[in-house]
Amino acid sequence: MSRLVVIGISDQQIATPPDILITYALGSCVGICIYDNLRRIGGLAHILLPEAFGDVVGKTIYKFADTAIEELVRMMEKRGCARLHLTAKIAGGANMFASNGKSIGERNIETVKKELQRLKIRIVAEDIGANYGRTAEFNPGNGSLTVKTAGRGNKVL
Amino acid sequence: MENYNNLSEFQLSVLSEIGNIGAGNAATALSHFIADKVMISVPELQIIDVNSMTTILGGPENEMAGILVNMTDDVKGMLLFLLEKDFICLLINVLMDKNIKGFADISEIDMSAIMEIGNILAGSYVNAISMMTNLNIRLSMPQVAVDMVGAILSYPAAYFGIMGDKLLFIGEDFLSGENKIRSHLLIMPEPKSLDLILESLGVS
Repeated sequence: MSRLVVIGISDQQIATPPDILITYALGSCVGICIYDNLRRIGGLAHILLPEAFGDVVGKTIYKFADTAIEELVRMMEKRGCARLHLTAKIAGGANMFASNGKSIGERNIETVKKELQRLKIRIVAEDIGANYGRTAEFNPGNGSLTVKTAGRGNKVL
Repeated sequence: MENYNNLSEFQLSVLSEIGNIGAGNAATALSHFIADKVMISVPELQIIDVNSMTTILGGPENEMAGILVNMTDDVKGMLLFLLEKDFICLLINVLMDKNIKGFADISEIDMSAIMEIGNILAGSYVNAISMMTNLNIRLSMPQVAVDMVGAILSYPAAYFGIMGDKLLFIGEDFLSGENKIRSHLLIMPEPKSLDLILESLGVS
């Protein structure tokens, strides 16, 4: 039986087939799906903000791009994944309301990309930016990321 | 006030009174707008995190209209109204003499009507705050997003992630004829502005 593993804001989980990872309604937040194609292990992080500030303790680590992604990769490596086989797909980083200067969505995307580059994980697909929400559903069975929207159709990456 | 969790019961009841007066103003304004009597329920004030809020609002993927207004001058921060599909359709149908049934039927001109509703609602609440505190508050033009409520909420969540993740949330019912429509409002003054409001109300 396939289980739906739901990831809330500032949270992350790892799953293997037949389970599916899902995070709902990403706005300016970014969903980062990391996949080990060889071992069929998938991880999904839902970050709220780009850079950590203050005391980052306990689950707060999952809130920021610059602390969450590294932790997700570390957890996946602990489960036997090899860095060499990891690839990433990302979704979200929208700008729901116009803002002065760089939006939080853009800053999130920028930091996520910088982090993935630093960790030497290649981004193989993305659906980012614009001004609408996205639900991300990640299947560790084949590494596919389905992005669903309200009134703008769905796509499989 | 670094965190809304630190508000006392008494401070909350005072803030809730702002919600009460604001809602009263809003009901009066809406009555004029739709030329029908509009009544309101007693507002419920909650301090709540974003994940629980999306649950109250019908789940993260529930489509709602979000109207965002920025506050500047003495009080800085934002107001975000979250209105159900029925609320928006009713107002557009009355104002624009139409018969739309869902968000997909909303046109560009309808969007400007929603912005106007946002202006009126925001003015109603902000006048209540100004009146009770003698503080000056200026409002920006409203911005509208019709989308999944979780995505709309990510905007204030990101900006106020610095305030311990909790948001100040007011829910109330507007009753007009047979219709009962729930309005949800997030009042998000910046920490210093919240202190200033509480100080001006004599409850700091």
